[in-house]
Amino acid sequence: MFLDLVQVFDSSFRMATPLLLACLAGLFSERAGIFDIGLEGKMLAAAFLSAAVAAMTGSVWLGLLAGIGASVVMSVVHGLASITFRGDQIISGVAINFLAAGLTVVVSQSWFGQGGRTPQLTGAGRFETLDMPGALQGAEKASANPMMHLYSELVSGHTILVYLALLMVPLSWYVLYRTRFGLRLRAVGENPAAVDTAGVNVVFLRYSAVLICGVLCGIAGAYLATALQAGFVKEMTAGRGFIALAALIFAKWRPWHALYACMLFGFLQALALRPDLIEKYLAIKVQVQLLDALPYILTVVILAGLVGKATPPKAGGQAYVKEN
Amino acid sequence: MSFMKSILGSAAALALSAGAALADPAIIFDLGGKFDKSFNEAAFNGAKKWADETGGSFREIELQNEAQREQALRRFAEAGSNPIVMAGFAFASALGEVAKDYPDTSFVIIDMVVDSPNVRSVVFNEHEGSYLVGMMAAMASKSNTVGFIGGMDIPLIRRFACGYAQGVKAANPDATVVANMTGTTPAAWNDPVKGSELTKAQISQGADVVYAAAGGTGVGVLQTAADEGILSIGVDSNQNYLHSGKVLTSMMKRVDTAVFNAFSDGPGLETGFNVMGLANGGVGYAVDEHNASLVSAEMTQKVEAAKVKIVSGELAVHDYMSDESCPALDF
Repeated sequence: MFLDLVQVFDSSFRMATPLLLACLAGLFSERAGIFDIGLEGKMLAAAFLSAAVAAMTGSVWLGLLAGIGASVVMSVVHGLASITFRGDQIISGVAINFLAAGLTVVVSQSWFGQGGRTPQLTGAGRFETLDMPGALQGAEKASANPMMHLYSELVSGHTILVYLALLMVPLSWYVLYRTRFGLRLRAVGENPAAVDTAGVNVVFLRYSAVLICGVLCGIAGAYLATALQAGFVKEMTAGRGFIALAALIFAKWRPWHALYACMLFGFLQALALRPDLIEKYLAIKVQVQLLDALPYILTVVILAGLVGKATPPKAGGQAYVKEN
Repeated sequence: MSFMKSILGSAAALALSAGAALADPAIIFDLGGKFDKSFNEAAFNGAKKWADETGGSFREIELQNEAQREQALRRFAEAGSNPIVMAGFAFASALGEVAKDYPDTSFVIIDMVVDSPNVRSVVFNEHEGSYLVGMMAAMASKSNTVGFIGGMDIPLIRRFACGYAQGVKAANPDATVVANMTGTTPAAWNDPVKGSELTKAQISQGADVVYAAAGGTGVGVLQTAADEGILSIGVDSNQNYLHSGKVLTSMMKRVDTAVFNAFSDGPGLETGFNVMGLANGGVGYAVDEHNASLVSAEMTQKVEAAKVKIVSGELAVHDYMSDESCPALDF
């Protein structure tokens, strides 16, 4: 029982990491009043460019930088459309999703001629898992005590980006709730006119938020293509950007709750991979499809106001027009 | 008036010659994409082989979404392409509509049956090929547990799973088969990340050989299997080369042969039911330099013996699609 659970949690961590990064990305953007449904597209663009550059240079770190770059460029487009030109943020987000879905395949085809894939990454072109000192190896596993299992499966044996993503949670909390920048950023999402009256630059704040969003989405995309996989495959984000948005609503736009929501969604996804365990311990046969749908069902429950109320930032979705 | 007539006449002649020049075959790839290293790529290879050998040219389109199916079919039919080959079961309903509107055009659909006088329906006995690789998996497994990862949960993929499970049980009645499907939407063909996690989940259940029948998702399955040091089995195309020495074999589905035959037969090809099985080389397993060291002489001997029995009809592999149930595997 215990060992099975450890394995499911181990898988949850891997499944939750891209969700968590994208969710925090959306958190920054939406807290500043810029709705972003283009998380999916940014992750996809980052996944592609990180894999492409890692394949060409053989260095996964250059790949990560390139991935972040691709995602930030998409963010700037979103910022230009929705901050500078005061366009509709939802439409701009949709456009980014389409743009990324098409561009990644076309560019990849013209660079590598493998039909929208990147070449397989090997060696230093991939993020390897980090084995912490003292983690169990192979045959030792059979005789070790449960705590050692917990340590070597859950704490050790992930890629560095997983730890980075977890680190981002307290960091985001600190930036948003304990710094002047964070206070202003949240204020700009609630009442930009007040921030403007206080002599603070609304446009600068919103652009900063959108850029932070780009960086985090970039890491999420690079994680998919260079850590979990060994290359890019078209549409490989498979809707994770949208689940991250659902997690953001579920977390009611708060960093620590984003962690809990993403871990819960990751856990449900991991559990959906092991229907045999549910059958073994609960003696009921659960349809995998139900588990797959649960994140969405939970989000609808939250949105319907059945469990507390999810109130988005007040100025979200509105372009700020300065008074003359 | 006579001037008018000659203009009309020449225009008609032009139209006729244009029509003749355009009677190139056409192929429509399904959503997995032309280079999925699997099903669609096999179809493309067949078309390319035909073009290389005959010097002919063909038209092609890669679908981007469901709504394009009928549109793409009509476009090619209107443009005079003949025959038109569709790679994928999902074309059935669209073709059912379109086929009767173009009685002079020959259509070929792969993996599905459409009952129309101008349609050739090519179906593969995937359960037979899967049976053979299932036997190999059971013989290669040391833990007596083998895995199956399907793409989208449809009867066709269950037929793969069912044939595989029967093969496993035939070679080792005590073996356990762990079967998972990636999803229930077309996105399940392109989710290598979930494929990887499923592979890891099956490894923790003891599987040490995993068979992926999942299109692009299979890339993730084969990758993770290679990373984790277990064996995998590819599908549709020969995927042994993807991870040399770590892919036990590939269940070959000769989609390329089906496309090549259709293109070679040309307009007016023989329509009706066309079964590609072990008997006519439509399915099989791949052995090349990448997996020669993994396939023992004993394996080859037993698998070849089973093959002979299946071809002669002495051994019947249960087809999931015949009654939507499987004796060897519980879905």
